[in-house]
Amino acid sequence: MLTLIRIELYKIFRRPRTYIAFAAITALITVIQVGLSIDGEAYADFVMQTIKQSFDFEGKLLNGYLVCYILLQLLLVHVPLLIALIAADMISGEANLGTLRLLLTKPISRTRFTLAKFAAAAVYTFLLLVWIAFLSLVVSVWIFGTDDLFIVKSSYAVQLAEDDVLWRYAGAFGYALLSMLTVTALGFFFSHFASNSIGPIVATMSVIVFFTILSTMGIPIFQKIQPYLFTTHMVNWKEFFDQQVDADNIAISGSLQNPEKIARSAMILILHIAGFLAASVWVFRKKDVLT
Amino acid sequence: MRIHLTFLILLTTAVVSQAQDMMPLLRKVRARIDKVNDYVAEGKMKTDVVFIKAPLGKVKVYFKKPNRFRLKKDGGISVLPKGGVSVNMSGIVNPNDVTALDAGETTLSGSKVRIVKLLPISDESEIVLSTLYIDEEKLLVRKAVTTTRENGTFEVTMAYGQYAEYALPDKVVFSFNTREYKIPKGITLEFEDGEKATGNDKLKNKKGRVELTYERYTINQGLSDSVFK
Amino acid sequence: MSIINVNGLTKQFGSIAAVNNLSFSVEKGSVCGFLGQNGAGKSTTIRMLLTLIRPTSGSIEIFGHNLLTHRSEILKNIGAVIEKPDVYPYLSAYDNLKLFARLSGMKPTAARLKDILELVGLADRARDKVKIYSQGMKQRLGLAIALVHDPEIIILDEPTNGLDPQGIADIRNLIVRLSRDLKKTVLVSSHLLSEIEQMATHVLIIDKGRKLVDGPSASLFDPSKTIVELETLDPSFTRQQILNSPYGGNLMDDRDSSLVLQINRNEIPGLSRHLVTHGVDLVRLQPRHSLEDYFLQITNQNTDADTYTD
Repeated sequence: MLTLIRIELYKIFRRPRTYIAFAAITALITVIQVGLSIDGEAYADFVMQTIKQSFDFEGKLLNGYLVCYILLQLLLVHVPLLIALIAADMISGEANLGTLRLLLTKPISRTRFTLAKFAAAAVYTFLLLVWIAFLSLVVSVWIFGTDDLFIVKSSYAVQLAEDDVLWRYAGAFGYALLSMLTVTALGFFFSHFASNSIGPIVATMSVIVFFTILSTMGIPIFQKIQPYLFTTHMVNWKEFFDQQVDADNIAISGSLQNPEKIARSAMILILHIAGFLAASVWVFRKKDVLT
Repeated sequence: MRIHLTFLILLTTAVVSQAQDMMPLLRKVRARIDKVNDYVAEGKMKTDVVFIKAPLGKVKVYFKKPNRFRLKKDGGISVLPKGGVSVNMSGIVNPNDVTALDAGETTLSGSKVRIVKLLPISDESEIVLSTLYIDEEKLLVRKAVTTTRENGTFEVTMAYGQYAEYALPDKVVFSFNTREYKIPKGITLEFEDGEKATGNDKLKNKKGRVELTYERYTINQGLSDSVFK
Repeated sequence: MSIINVNGLTKQFGSIAAVNNLSFSVEKGSVCGFLGQNGAGKSTTIRMLLTLIRPTSGSIEIFGHNLLTHRSEILKNIGAVIEKPDVYPYLSAYDNLKLFARLSGMKPTAARLKDILELVGLADRARDKVKIYSQGMKQRLGLAIALVHDPEIIILDEPTNGLDPQGIADIRNLIVRLSRDLKKTVLVSSHLLSEIEQMATHVLIIDKGRKLVDGPSASLFDPSKTIVELETLDPSFTRQQILNSPYGGNLMDDRDSSLVLQINRNEIPGLSRHLVTHGVDLVRLQPRHSLEDYFLQITNQNTDADTYTD
């Protein structure tokens, strides 16, 4: 199994397409960081305008932690495209190349083959997130320094003490990994149904975009179905950046406002991943390879 | 606000005879305040605004005559009501610039206090109206309600302890009205809809408070202007 | 001893039977030429032998074991090139070969990989990326991949497709060597009889998913024998009559719709007399020159047939 995964990873990382994602993310993050370092105060003022009408701020609002948060908000909506590029290609790409039929005449069970392929796609997703974490957190902190993380939400604001932030990022990245693995699993599932990778990539993106729109629209009829859409749960990494307050309205350091919500959403994502993967195995075991 | 003021002025005219009596009291209070040329105070700050979840912070407060004030958080970001916290007695209790009116007596947490209303003489003054609750016996301002031109009304309550001699409080509570807080989701990039958990009822109470609890004052040790930059 | 045993193999794609009740066996050490026009079901059959396609019914036994229950052990000992020899274009021949060798469950040494590349004549281009390879080079690489793990059975699906005459000759020589020197069993499919004729020890011809002819090429290509096609009003009755006669062993075709026998030319009158006396209403009795003649005839007859598998 390990050999299989290694071979799959070898294939992923020997092809140029893989590095598009890494290059795109590097470019995007760098551009945003440069923009914020030149004109970040104006951006912070813009986001904070309502609250700044009533309040004076002191300290480094625009610090590395906030930059990382801004980056994640922007990026994690678009990273699924980059993941789909690889995940939705895992099987369909081999079918397209014609290598699938050769692979499947090898003495490897289809279940193991599917699992190894998914594992390799998951490792790719993981590495992509590690790269995002490195650029958006480590590099941002290096450029912008650290301070409290002050986050403006649409109906309230949260101030997280400087020493109460890092573990939240660890949690958020962990959660983001689950979200992105859901995309990986979805793309992977679709990749069984075509012999070119465009179809599954477009299908994966369409589902994500469609569901995200339904998840975002505040129309009552959509709100009823939102709990059943995995995209609704994908953005809950943000829950790591909300804390509880005590009776005196003082934030409790190290607390989460909705730990149950995180756990529940994480569970739902895990179930989706397992579901897509099980469906992939099932479909693939029955598949006649005609390409 | 305008109607309110007009009403106050009418009231003022009615009690003008008594008003003159308040100036000596005010001067005495001012004399006490004037004993302090500068100070540095260390303490804790608690921001209590329903829609801000903030941790307890350590602060340092700097003051220098005539009216320079600076609050610095010891690391971290401080969120303060605009112009509010810098409201200090030195700026309010200014016998030369105001007209003082007696508005009767009342009891504040057990002590008898006199209510004094201060109207600035100058039209340009940032402060429109102040109401002071003065402990006549100890010559301390226990509470002040100040209406400013730009930033609304603040209520400041003070509790005194070992620094009462200098008219420096151990604990100051600023209360203020906050505007309604709502930011379009497009700006915050919040796409989820999961924020109702906080409870909308709680958010309707728009009174904010900042509580400063001082542990230590360093008084009249000289203070460089650079800290106010 | 038969090393591959196929029994009643059927594959339905919807309502179409790509392979229909096909039974045959391949002898150990033989070179079995698998003939049929495009769309006859060759590819589907080969894919079923390699577990790429699940049979609708029927059984496949290889090395005496059921293919579906002993898949891994069996596939370890099979090397295959199926249609185009597609490999990873962004890897070199060497890397491709190494990758597939490892997937076959072996730990290839550099020497082994070099030997195999030498064998197929790619040694000096081994480090080039496959995307700049010609069709012939890819075909050789495909063969190298099929051979690298030293399998007992080698299955080649149209291995000469797209090759120039020299390439075709090279492949043919290689197959002969594999069988003669290395004692491998080779199943090689083609739609050209001429290509198979020179190297196959056995021939299996199918059409529309059914077996037409099956046997050692020595006898099938025997010039003293003639292929005879019969057309009668009641084919299944006719078939029964032939099976009950001394000519039963000459029946090549197991389709009901048409009847084909391989028979000595001077036996034909006896056959026709036998049929008539046993009540068969004979419409047509047509002798063909040779197997090739016959094969060409069915190939031409069916050029407009459906091509859903190839």
